Amino acid sequence: MRLRAAKEFVIEKLIFLSGIASIVFVALIFIFLLKEGISLFKTIAPGDFLSGRLWYPISDPPKLGILPLILGSLLVTAGAIVLAVPLGIASAFYIAEIAPRRLRDILKSLIEILSAIPSVVLGFIGMITLVPFIKKFFNLPTGLTALSGAIMLAFMALPTIISISEDAINAVPREYKEGAIALGSTHWQTLYRVVIHGALPGVIAAAMLGIGRVFGETMAVMMVTGNAAVIPKGLMQPVRTLTATIAAEMGEAVRGSEHYYALFAIGIVLFIISFAINFTADLFLNRGRKR
Amino acid sequence: MRLRKIVWGSALAAAVLTIGIAAPAEAQSKSIQIKGSDTMVNLGQSWAEAFNRKHPGVNIAVTGGGSGTGLTALIGGTCDIAESSRSIEPKEIEKANSKGIAPKEFLVAMDGIAIVVHPKNPIKNLTIDQLREIFLGNIANWKTIGGANKPIVLLSREFNSGTHIFFKEHVLRRGNAKGPEEFSPGALLMPSSQAIADEVAGNENAVGYYGMGYISAKQKVIAVSKDAKSPFIEPTMPNVKSKAYPISRPLFLYTNGEPKGVIKDFVDFVFSPEGQDLVKKIDFVPIK
Repeated sequence: MRLRAAKEFVIEKLIFLSGIASIVFVALIFIFLLKEGISLFKTIAPGDFLSGRLWYPISDPPKLGILPLILGSLLVTAGAIVLAVPLGIASAFYIAEIAPRRLRDILKSLIEILSAIPSVVLGFIGMITLVPFIKKFFNLPTGLTALSGAIMLAFMALPTIISISEDAINAVPREYKEGAIALGSTHWQTLYRVVIHGALPGVIAAAMLGIGRVFGETMAVMMVTGNAAVIPKGLMQPVRTLTATIAAEMGEAVRGSEHYYALFAIGIVLFIISFAINFTADLFLNRGRKR
Repeated sequence: MRLRKIVWGSALAAAVLTIGIAAPAEAQSKSIQIKGSDTMVNLGQSWAEAFNRKHPGVNIAVTGGGSGTGLTALIGGTCDIAESSRSIEPKEIEKANSKGIAPKEFLVAMDGIAIVVHPKNPIKNLTIDQLREIFLGNIANWKTIGGANKPIVLLSREFNSGTHIFFKEHVLRRGNAKGPEEFSPGALLMPSSQAIADEVAGNENAVGYYGMGYISAKQKVIAVSKDAKSPFIEPTMPNVKSKAYPISRPLFLYTNGEPKGVIKDFVDFVFSPEGQDLVKKIDFVPIK
């Protein structure tokens, strides 16, 4: 009997440890980022870092302004979201409410395959096919633009947006729909007057998680956006994102140099923005559950 | 049943032990990690292949990432040979010495940095000064230098590239390494020389630079003169060897101290007639 209690105790503690492990990791990562990134602010004010317009990290003295990078990331993300959110939500409605059962199964597994394509492969395909097309279609000096990045990222955000929206739509109680139809609504009226209201918090959460996915994406963006650190004036221009900057430069940065700390500081900025996005998504998800 | 388990168990343990003991010994004597300059990756790879035919037991891994990446790896002790398209900086030597590493330099080949445009671009010749103005962003339209009325799309390498740094110091800053000039912020920073080659091949507005090993029929090579009075010279092997081509640079290998064992064999092979012949095959210029 004693042995059994001891066993229970050990197992309980082990499960507890597994449970909090991921929280511990997140905390450790954040502490590490802070520790490395904060050293930068001994030599440059946070305001100058965030609002500086020039990024020449290996010059002497280095110019470390990440405003073009922040704007580049935001622009590419915004473009991707404008493309992916309406398409993703419409697709989720089709799969959840309209598609015949067999087609639904096929579509769902294909969307899962889309999410399994490695981003470097998508980036490579984009570089070979999409970039020359964009250049020709819009008659631009180069096809390596924010728009190319936005389109590639829209592809990557779609599976997230579709599957979470679809879950939200399926979670709308059957009685709502039956009630609406009993009152004489058509299928379409039921969808856009009743179902969408029930599913709205979940759909917004899906969009937010899609944004999070897009914002942190690196490889595909680096391959198709041209990586010029200029303040973007529109989607048809090359941009450099925060993530691509870290990926492209971390290999070279001399440990302990200002450049090295600046890359960690960029990491902090990314971490804070992603955290805010996920936190907002969580708020909406919880609201959906309570109702 | 039980006996069988014991037999299997001890066999497994023996196997693990053997691997565990054998592997480190193997790794120390029979493998070479080569890392660094993207410009030299293909060269390093072909040296490694030819060297392997003579010494089949040696395991050689060649990776790129940029000259700085290679030197950082040498300093950090994660590679045996660093390939670099620039000489090591005093700062890096200091860093290496503080970690007990003594980088030793070998000049193994020469390289000309080719300026390339789309084959349809009518421009044939440029002076260093014109190149400088173009990459600083002061000349933004091909019309200014006698081309079509089209914007110039600048293609540069990422900050970790030895080619990027060499071009900045020798063209933009005219050899004054600490000068104030920078690439135009509008220059696209491409992740590899191949990416520049691909973009130039498909974009008639683009101009880029890379080691002469990447020249192909899909790009047009510009002849360069060092000033308005000098002749325009193409980056060919004799021109780079005679230093007549104005944007040439040395290519180095770095080892930790005097090379020993297989690493010495490898460096000796690089300087052998066969190794230097491979330099020529990859379109660089041999030094012997």
